[in-house]
Amino acid sequence: MKKEKGVSVTLISRKKLESFSTDEKIDYIIKEVSKGKILVLENGLTPVEQSALIQQTMAKIDHDTFIGIEMEGYADVENDGNMLRKILNKIFGVIKKPRMTVIGPANLLKTVYKDNNVIQTMIITGKGAK
Amino acid sequence: MGVLERFRITRFALWIHRVFGKRHARIGIYGPPNVGKTTLANRMLMDWAGETIGTVSEIPHETRRAKWKSNVKIENGSSSLVIDIVDTPGIATKVDYKEFIEQYGLDPDEAKRRAKEATEGVIEAIRWLESIDGVVLVMDSTENPFTQVNVTILGNLEARNLPVIIAANKIDLEKSSPATLKSAFPQHPVVPISALTGYNLDNLYTTMVKHFGKRRRKRK
Ligand SMILES: Nc1nc2c(ncn2[C@@H]2O[C@H](COP(=O)(O)OP(=O)(O)OP(=O)(O)O)[C@@H](O)[C@H]2O)c(=O)[nH]1
Ligand SMILES: [Mg+2]
Repeated sequence: MKKEKGVSVTLISRKKLESFSTDEKIDYIIKEVSKGKILVLENGLTPVEQSALIQQTMAKIDHDTFIGIEMEGYADVENDGNMLRKILNKIFGVIKKPRMTVIGPANLLKTVYKDNNVIQTMIITGKGAK
Repeated sequence: MGVLERFRITRFALWIHRVFGKRHARIGIYGPPNVGKTTLANRMLMDWAGETIGTVSEIPHETRRAKWKSNVKIENGSSSLVIDIVDTPGIATKVDYKEFIEQYGLDPDEAKRRAKEATEGVIEAIRWLESIDGVVLVMDSTENPFTQVNVTILGNLEARNLPVIIAANKIDLEKSSPATLKSAFPQHPVVPISALTGYNLDNLYTTMVKHFGKRRRKRK
């Protein structure tokens, strides 16, 4: 693998993601990303999954081989004016529906620009690549 | 015991404490590295308790263990708020020891040690989220607010219905844009401040007393 030029980008469907438990999902992401792969998830991680992923990433950081991840996803649009949703949010807290997310190794993937509607990333080849 | 179960029991204990008033609301100061969390915590504590809590540095990940001060009384006219303040390590998705060498001139051993401790600090900061009642989320208003770390912290707090105040820090700097933060997060109070000069801290205290002072968790 290491001898091949180029970076692998994998798009993963919602269906596949939904077939994973939270732990399986996080294990899978860490495993792929620490091998140098970039993943695009059709629907992203819940906030709790995001923070669990960050914690596990931290535990896995190893100075010269894995410096962590770059992850960018859209936040949910919550002000859709739906009354029932507003009431439910008041009672139960806001349940964010995770949206599309890109995750990759921090030495390969850099976020260039991000706002509520556009995420622009760059893949660093050459010196950054393993 | 499952994680969820343990979490529920913790929440229950917190609720009991809150109802019987034995424990103050615990307010966490959160954010990415280097945004000015400790500078703000120090200023708050100087203003209300006459002491500081931690060291400040231009090198990211200066705070690598959470530190707290109990029983801090913040007054605002006739109303006041007694809280425990927790200064947390900056949360990041990556830590590269080479940055400490190349950008800040640390020697390699020191850089590696700092990086290792920084990763542990991030884990600790996230763990603390479970026992916190409200958050001052500090952002650097010279930078893009739409980062994953901000999204993740806010998402976790919103899912649990905890009150958040966004402190748009470093507005003394010319390229700061607190208006960008206000429009990025219309669902939360955004208070532009300079933790360094103390500018508009009064406004932050007023917002804290109002926002965190409610007896029950915010129902927004
Ligand atoms: N210009 C300006 N600089 C600030 C302000 N607040 C903090 N700083 C500077 O930003 C740098 C980081 O400040 P800290 O308070 O250590 O930041 P932190 O968020 O605690 O950082 P970590 O502990 O590394 O996560 C230091 O050089 C501070 O002097 C501010 O309001 N204006
Ligand atoms: Mg600090």
